[in-house]
Amino acid sequence: MLTKRIIPCLDIKDGRTVKGTNFVDLRDAGDPVELGALYAQQGADELVFLDITATVEKRKTLSDLVNKIAHHVNIPFTVGGGVKSVEDASILLNNGADKVSVNTAAVKDPLLIPQLAREFGSQFVVLAIDTKLEEDGEWYVYLQGGRKKTELTCFEWAKRAVEAGAGEILLTSMNHDGTKKGFAVDINRKISMSLPVPVIASGGGGTAAHFATIFKEGLADAALAASIFHFKELSIPELKNYLISEGIAIRI
Amino acid sequence: MNLVIIKYNAGNIRSVLFALERIGMNALVTDDPEQILRADKVIFPGVGEASSAMQYLRERQLDTLIAGLKQPVLGICLGLQLMCRFSEENDTNCLGIFDEVVKKFEPPVKNWKLNSSEPRIKVPQIGWNSIYGLESELFKGLPENSFCYFVHGYFASLGAHTIARADYIQPYSAGLHRDNFFGVQFHPEKSSLIGEKIIKNFIAL
Repeated sequence: MLTKRIIPCLDIKDGRTVKGTNFVDLRDAGDPVELGALYAQQGADELVFLDITATVEKRKTLSDLVNKIAHHVNIPFTVGGGVKSVEDASILLNNGADKVSVNTAAVKDPLLIPQLAREFGSQFVVLAIDTKLEEDGEWYVYLQGGRKKTELTCFEWAKRAVEAGAGEILLTSMNHDGTKKGFAVDINRKISMSLPVPVIASGGGGTAAHFATIFKEGLADAALAASIFHFKELSIPELKNYLISEGIAIRI
Repeated sequence: MNLVIIKYNAGNIRSVLFALERIGMNALVTDDPEQILRADKVIFPGVGEASSAMQYLRERQLDTLIAGLKQPVLGICLGLQLMCRFSEENDTNCLGIFDEVVKKFEPPVKNWKLNSSEPRIKVPQIGWNSIYGLESELFKGLPENSFCYFVHGYFASLGAHTIARADYIQPYSAGLHRDNFFGVQFHPEKSSLIGEKIIKNFIAL
């Protein structure tokens, strides 16, 4: 039986893992290669590395880091942050990344997703969406790490991107991110039931029960979290044992 | 140990190389017929589309070369599918090493409703699934229902050469074996310790 995936996310800044609350206030959380290998050993199903300071000068640092991770990690991993072109993606692929995630650049350049899908296959292309529920009751897409609001709705954008070739959606609710009060159930459920690709829920995971809820009610295919793992508030084996006791299909 | 990875237009070669490195092995990546023929063992990885991969192999006469190999060969993912007789992916005649045919996953429901009680089944299958009915030296030492990492929209049917099964929408071949040819639908190079064990078993054949 296909299992639900638990995905620790490592936000990278200047080669270190960091974690913020609501996209600001960064705290240091350790060496990404060590952490990644530790999570893999503990039973993480995949890893996501997001370079939150990706600039042209830093790209070499990132590709070196990806290469190091690929040597040490025996599970799939996604790399994101500043991927703007087929060339950017191919550097990450050649250094061992299994997937790339695209966010701002995919909105700005409508050809990016189809080009990546054609070149490397849809399974390589993860669309990351940062979304926020506004007072009008609609979920809007935000760009540039949550700093810039757009008029695009989350659902429309996800649908269009999947038609263009995105193979998975990494959906971060900015309302929930960093709060540890639970994932955004409704929007995850809507995207998961409406589109043919897996949805990775992100933002708000604080307890094992939150993960059970996002799998059972939000119908997420995977759930991503960062700080609860980095700061050892919840270990992966602990979380997985709980989810199994809740009757959820989980790899051990 | 002279290990060769076949180089062609649908490889996820880097991941396979890194996985070999983690267990202390090196491999030569080549499309040179002589080097391939001289190898002790051959790995035929693949992520991509069947018809363009087959066309590439035919243009270089690698199709007959692979089908004629006498040493142990391990096809991975698309590699396994190309070793079958036929693939529904763009109606492609493949290498015919295994009689099994490759079909597209068809979700049982066409129009999903938001309020449906059953979750939507996604295609391609992405993630960790358990393999069972293990009947090969390739899976020596592995418990039934070991978890492996899969990414695929097409699957090989069950047949006489099936040596491992998995369930997604229906049961299908997670592993195939005939003579010196082995294939696995999942990615051992990304399947944690289980995958490492399978790669070691292949090397020990």
